[in-house]
Amino acid sequence: MNRYLTVSELTGYIKQLVDSDMLLSNVWVAGEISNFKAHTSGHMYFSLKDDNAVIKCVMFRSHNIRLRFRPEEGMRVIIRGYVSVYPQGGNYQLYVEEMQPDGTGALYLAFEQLKKKLEQQGYFDPKRKKPIPLLPCAIGVVTSPTGAVIRDIINILSRRYPNCRIIVCGSAVQGKEAPAELIRGIKLFNRLKNVDVIILARGGGSLEDLWPFNDEELAKAIVESEIPIISAVGHETDFTISDFAADLRAPTPSAAAELVMPEKMAMKEQLGVLHKRLCTTLLNRLNHEKNRLQRLSDSRSLKRPYEQINFKRQYLDMLERNLLDRSRFITENLKSRLKVLAGKLDALSPLTVLSRGYSVTQNKSGDMIRSVKQLKPGEELVITVCDGKFQAVYEKNLTGQMEV
Amino acid sequence: MENNGIQAELPYEQAITELESIVGLLESGELTLEDSMKMFEKGVGLVRYCNKKLDEIEKRITIIMEENNKVVERDFNPED
Repeated sequence: MNRYLTVSELTGYIKQLVDSDMLLSNVWVAGEISNFKAHTSGHMYFSLKDDNAVIKCVMFRSHNIRLRFRPEEGMRVIIRGYVSVYPQGGNYQLYVEEMQPDGTGALYLAFEQLKKKLEQQGYFDPKRKKPIPLLPCAIGVVTSPTGAVIRDIINILSRRYPNCRIIVCGSAVQGKEAPAELIRGIKLFNRLKNVDVIILARGGGSLEDLWPFNDEELAKAIVESEIPIISAVGHETDFTISDFAADLRAPTPSAAAELVMPEKMAMKEQLGVLHKRLCTTLLNRLNHEKNRLQRLSDSRSLKRPYEQINFKRQYLDMLERNLLDRSRFITENLKSRLKVLAGKLDALSPLTVLSRGYSVTQNKSGDMIRSVKQLKPGEELVITVCDGKFQAVYEKNLTGQMEV
Repeated sequence: MENNGIQAELPYEQAITELESIVGLLESGELTLEDSMKMFEKGVGLVRYCNKKLDEIEKRITIIMEENNKVVERDFNPED
């Protein structure tokens, strides 16, 4: 057989086999850390071993920055990650994605598994979460009836809302009995329906102390509660299953008290502001309407209804006056022209000529004598002067003599 | 009606939300004067209702427990 593989081909084949394995692609492993090295690059290299075996591990910086403890030589840990082959080193290794100190590590593993299970069952679905009422008339608290937690909650609630109604249901908050007692508290409130919201609270503690809040039955009771539930367990950095299942997670019990009850002063203030806005707006509206009405009733047409008529009347008067003036002017003009004409006429009148000393001579038959040649001596003539007539007799022609 | 037709068990949150929208509506100036008056009256009723709600909560701290299948309620003082 002369068919052979290169080292790379063989390694590639092994890597492919390892990478395609379901179990190896997401695995939880418990063991002890040895040969721990934190490289300057930020990556961590170490081995995980037990009595009979050892496996190389690498935890890259992107994952180890989320660690909440410092891994140390000899420390027992639980790791989640995947196994793959590192061809250049000729070895297979565990690529670590999460790491917990063992002891708590086992609990952590259980926590993660339960969380995943409940998540898949829709326990944490935001859509099924009930809204927390803005103003709960009564608040139920399921917690230890002794200790700082209940005291803090009551103090904060009373400070924020002096007349608040709190109903406490005492329960163990650690130990084996705790989950059942917590569940009983939730169910009791649901049966009595005497509160609007329930706070599930516990102070800080170790992961083991908080363990009752990672109970599947408790998560179920929380989800099934008809009354909204706020989960406030441990410190801000602690997360429990009940936090995820609850309708609201408060980082601490004190924070739960602050979340659940509004400050009465602030509520009163808000109401006062709304009341004021309500009144101001209506007042403004009424003033506006009043002004509008005033403006209308002040308008000239309503206040002096005859004004327009009077204006027209006045205009009519003016027109009339103009008409009269105009006609008078025309008459005067005609009159003066007439006078001029009369004057001219007067100047041409024979009477006027006569008054200047001239006379008109006529024969008996009334013919005007315009020439001496018309006359016969002894002829009777009628002479008209300006103020009358007289009779005369023509004697002789003086024509030549007069000119001397 | 005492509360201007506000239903007796209207949750506070709903009442204050309605009050806010009434104020907004009035401020928009889009209502007739008659509707403005009606809304104003309703708003004042809601203010009164909300104030009542805020004050009527009983100041009482109790602890409940089950004893022999009966629920017992007692005043509770955490200092005890």
